[in-house]
Amino acid sequence: MIEANLPLLVPLTFLISALVIPLIGLRVPGAAYPLALAAVLATIPIAGFGLYRVMDGGPVSYTLGGWEAPIGIEFVLDPLASFLTLLVTVVSCLVLIHARHVASVEHPDKQVPYYSLVLLLLAGFCGIMATGDLFNLYVFLEISSLAGYGLVAIGDKRSPVSAYRYLILGSVGTGFYLLGTGFIYVMSGSLNMADVARILPQILDQPAVLAGLILMVTGIGLKTALFPLHFWLPDAYSSASSVSSALLAPLGTKVGAYVLIRILFFVFDPAAVEQRVPITSVIAWLSAGGVLYGSLMALAQQEFKRMLAYSSVAQIGYIGLGLGMANPLGFTGAVLHILNHALMKAALFLVAGNLRVQLGHSNIAAMDHRLSRQMPWSMAALVVGALSMIGLPPTAGFFSKWYLVLGGIQGSYWVFVGVILLGGLLNAIYFFRVVERVYLPFRRGPSNQAAPNGGQEVVENREARFSMLAPTLVLAGALLALGLASSFLVNRVIHHMIPAGL
Amino acid sequence: MNDLSTYPSAVPLLAILVSAASVPLIGISARRPNLREFWTLLAAGAKFALVLSLLPSALANRVAETRLFEISRGIDLTLRADAFGVYFALIASGLWILTSIYSIGYVRGLKEKHQTRYFASFALCLSATLGVAFAANLLTFVIFFEVLTISTYPLVIHKQTPEAIAAGRKYLAFTLTAGVVLVAAMAAMAQLTGTLEFQPGGLRALQELSPVEVKILFGMFLAGVGVKAAIMPLHAWLPAAMAAPTPVSALLHAVAVVKSGVFGVVRVVGFLFGPETLSRFGLNEVMLWLAGSTILLASCLAFAEDNLKRRLAYSTVGHLSYVVLGAGLLSPSGLIGGVLHIANHATMKIVLFFCAGAIYVNAHKEKISELDGIGRAMPWTMGAFALASLGLAGVPPVNGFVSKWYLGLGALEGGSVAVVAILLISGLLNAGYFLPIVYRAFFKQSENFNSIGEASAWMVVPLILAACFSASMGLMPDLFFHFFTLAERIAAQILEASNP
Amino acid sequence: MGIEFIAGHNLYWIISLLLLVGLYGMLAKRNLVKKLIGMNIFQTAIILFYIAGASKWNATVPVIDPALGSVDPADYINPLPHTLMLTAIVVSVATTGVGFALLISIYRRYRTLDEDTLLKRMR
Repeated sequence: MIEANLPLLVPLTFLISALVIPLIGLRVPGAAYPLALAAVLATIPIAGFGLYRVMDGGPVSYTLGGWEAPIGIEFVLDPLASFLTLLVTVVSCLVLIHARHVASVEHPDKQVPYYSLVLLLLAGFCGIMATGDLFNLYVFLEISSLAGYGLVAIGDKRSPVSAYRYLILGSVGTGFYLLGTGFIYVMSGSLNMADVARILPQILDQPAVLAGLILMVTGIGLKTALFPLHFWLPDAYSSASSVSSALLAPLGTKVGAYVLIRILFFVFDPAAVEQRVPITSVIAWLSAGGVLYGSLMALAQQEFKRMLAYSSVAQIGYIGLGLGMANPLGFTGAVLHILNHALMKAALFLVAGNLRVQLGHSNIAAMDHRLSRQMPWSMAALVVGALSMIGLPPTAGFFSKWYLVLGGIQGSYWVFVGVILLGGLLNAIYFFRVVERVYLPFRRGPSNQAAPNGGQEVVENREARFSMLAPTLVLAGALLALGLASSFLVNRVIHHMIPAGL
Repeated sequence: MNDLSTYPSAVPLLAILVSAASVPLIGISARRPNLREFWTLLAAGAKFALVLSLLPSALANRVAETRLFEISRGIDLTLRADAFGVYFALIASGLWILTSIYSIGYVRGLKEKHQTRYFASFALCLSATLGVAFAANLLTFVIFFEVLTISTYPLVIHKQTPEAIAAGRKYLAFTLTAGVVLVAAMAAMAQLTGTLEFQPGGLRALQELSPVEVKILFGMFLAGVGVKAAIMPLHAWLPAAMAAPTPVSALLHAVAVVKSGVFGVVRVVGFLFGPETLSRFGLNEVMLWLAGSTILLASCLAFAEDNLKRRLAYSTVGHLSYVVLGAGLLSPSGLIGGVLHIANHATMKIVLFFCAGAIYVNAHKEKISELDGIGRAMPWTMGAFALASLGLAGVPPVNGFVSKWYLGLGALEGGSVAVVAILLISGLLNAGYFLPIVYRAFFKQSENFNSIGEASAWMVVPLILAACFSASMGLMPDLFFHFFTLAERIAAQILEASNP
Repeated sequence: MGIEFIAGHNLYWIISLLLLVGLYGMLAKRNLVKKLIGMNIFQTAIILFYIAGASKWNATVPVIDPALGSVDPADYINPLPHTLMLTAIVVSVATTGVGFALLISIYRRYRTLDEDTLLKRMR
């Protein structure tokens, strides 16, 4: 019974609790957080069981209202979808545990709408993963987008402006996607992904179909912040509240990447498309540009969250590179990087949240070496996150890059291999800049030279509270553990996601 | 004699883990220095004992292997204590004991800050070094190689002076770039040959590649491991890294880190490419040229340095290339000489660094020009210094002579007279830049050191021990640890496997 | 091609024109409200596109009327795009609502809706 309903359970739980929270929260504002946390906690076992079930017995499909597939809306849980759903629920659970204190400090008067929006966002994300219908995907995309606009707007003074900019560009993106879907629908007469995939080979030569694909990819590229469609991202992420950015940065763009994978590799046949329009090559080249551009811009940032935002642009570039290579190893690397980047970005944004709550800012220039003793554990998490971002073994980041490099060499994309490796070095520069500042004293002038060995200056402990620290450290630990477990993941899980066309 | 048999054993893994396990113990005993140093010494002793227990089976061509789990498709995280691995692990872990004792005297003598971080990083470095030694395939090797890079960084910047921080940046810039090149080379290797396993005599699959591919691959590998091996022009980080405390320079920049580099070179030459492939494409010539010019240039540069540790660093750069040279000769004696020089240079250079540290702690002098007459104040220290200097110059009773002798033999076997000439010239240059220091210390008069005496026993005893060991190794190369037999075994494994 | 191509597709030309007008409004106009108007034009164009795709000659609204007696699907226009667009309209309205809420918030904080002035005041 439960098995048949699996695809819908996670998004539905989020959707219902998103509606329940304001209903109850209006009378009992304190209930908003426990309800939200309970909803997320409830979805983890469901998502976990979903993954187990899919790995064990193949994809699970659910037809909404009993209408059979090509006519009704189908929800399908396949390996890729169930894996990413689990990722979304786990990361959001950790972020929500972290959020309790952060949200009550950063926007105490907006608890009820805030958590309602968070769940709406998650409902959108998980809906996107689960749905097997192109138009339904649009609806969930808009649900998550609208919630995202709202979340970005709850932040510092500039946040409404960032949110408004995000809204305008986001609407262009979803609009393009909708238009592209319209092209596909008009040509194929179906909106069901499996059905469309069946029909497409016969009509792939129609310019309208290819135009539809290009429109869809452009639209989703905007939502994914695929370079050069990334310009909304840094503002949106850096002016949103710490919790929102910790949710949006690791997950939001990953969902976009998921849609790209779904359309490019499962609805369309990448090899057949490539003969007509070089869309995967274009994605790969643009992504390579994104890796370099994002890393260089991150180098120039003085604000930690903004730096992380630009670093996201670069990391999405890695994912795009893996997809653009269109070979199994590159695909593996891209999916692994979706997972790894979600975890490491979440860890780093949680560190940024700890900094903001404890220090009141996250300005790199204002950090100094006392921080490493004031917040030793947060800074340790920062170091682990940084090592993983750079891609040093044995952290998780190394292994996704390893697969990407393997994929690049398999396809003889020497330029991309160079870009991947160069990007790692640039990452090293901008992360070590922060790590150095946090751990090492920079003496500016002789005034500080006094007391070379005598006075151990007394620093008060300003470490974040346990509820904030625990999720940060769990994520950092996961980066180390996942590095060693990456082969297990690749063999047992990601291997089953590789689309037949590759 | 080359039928290697492997047997499963957890000892290689334990040998690696024992010092990593001491890191948290060191961390929690931060407030009790005696307990903290006890953990370090305990870990060092246990590590050495574990490695030593692997020696008999390595001598009997039985290889202990720890196969852990898969880390990439078809590649397991595997540790294998073959003769070469045990050889390097013995040197690193044995000298760690001496260095630990010495460190205690040194950091307490200077009242260094951040001692906990210092000892913890040290322990982690040693874990990584043993991982490098025991790595059975390239991916395992690279993982530990990178861990070594990162865990050395806190030691390089230990003093936290602007100079140390700049040195740390330089160090990371060089080693991380090298790591990236190594990863690229490894990925290319995996795609082209389908395997990353180290095999004595090299991988057969490489011989089927086109010459251009092999040459590019080899160039990338040589650059990747060559940074840590300080092959010119990739050496610039090493003199800069002398900003680290002296025990760090002693163990890491004379033994663990740089020797991981040359160890990597020999692994790449003997166990990845193989003598046959290298000589077919003329790649060993390239190595000889690089190593030869590095030896000569570094020796010349050493003359110009007045800072004692920096002079030692340039000397290290030169001596590392002896090993590269030995590997490049591809002849039995050459390989034996090169491999032996890993141990011999380690024991001699660590003495010199220990001396430099003892001088610094007692007299606070770093410059050679300020050392006039110090031999009277610190006779034991400077006596050991003189012995090790002679050894590095290749004067017979000390072990440096043995490895140079074999290198020379190897060069003659290969018929390269130029290499013999390089060895002779470099021996003279070595004497030229070391002996004036000895001369100054003992025969020049100065009033500077009337008030000081010998350094504390914590520092002098390890120093004398290492010097005695160097001297005895010169007389009996096979003493105690069968280094000579091991070196023979290694050379035989590499050469015989490729000419069946 | 030629004049027939343009004439035969004139509906699509109108839609394309509307799309461009909308995009221009969203991206180029300096007034934030005009951007929102542009967004609405853009979305309307997409809705029109779907509706246009559903229509056919000599067909009627998809309500099976026993009085007409026709059960031939060809006599009815495709109802699916209309229902889809109902959803799209709802989304569009919701987006516009969120947009206006943000505009009010921006105006309260910065007392302007002109982008250039806004950028100056944000510094």
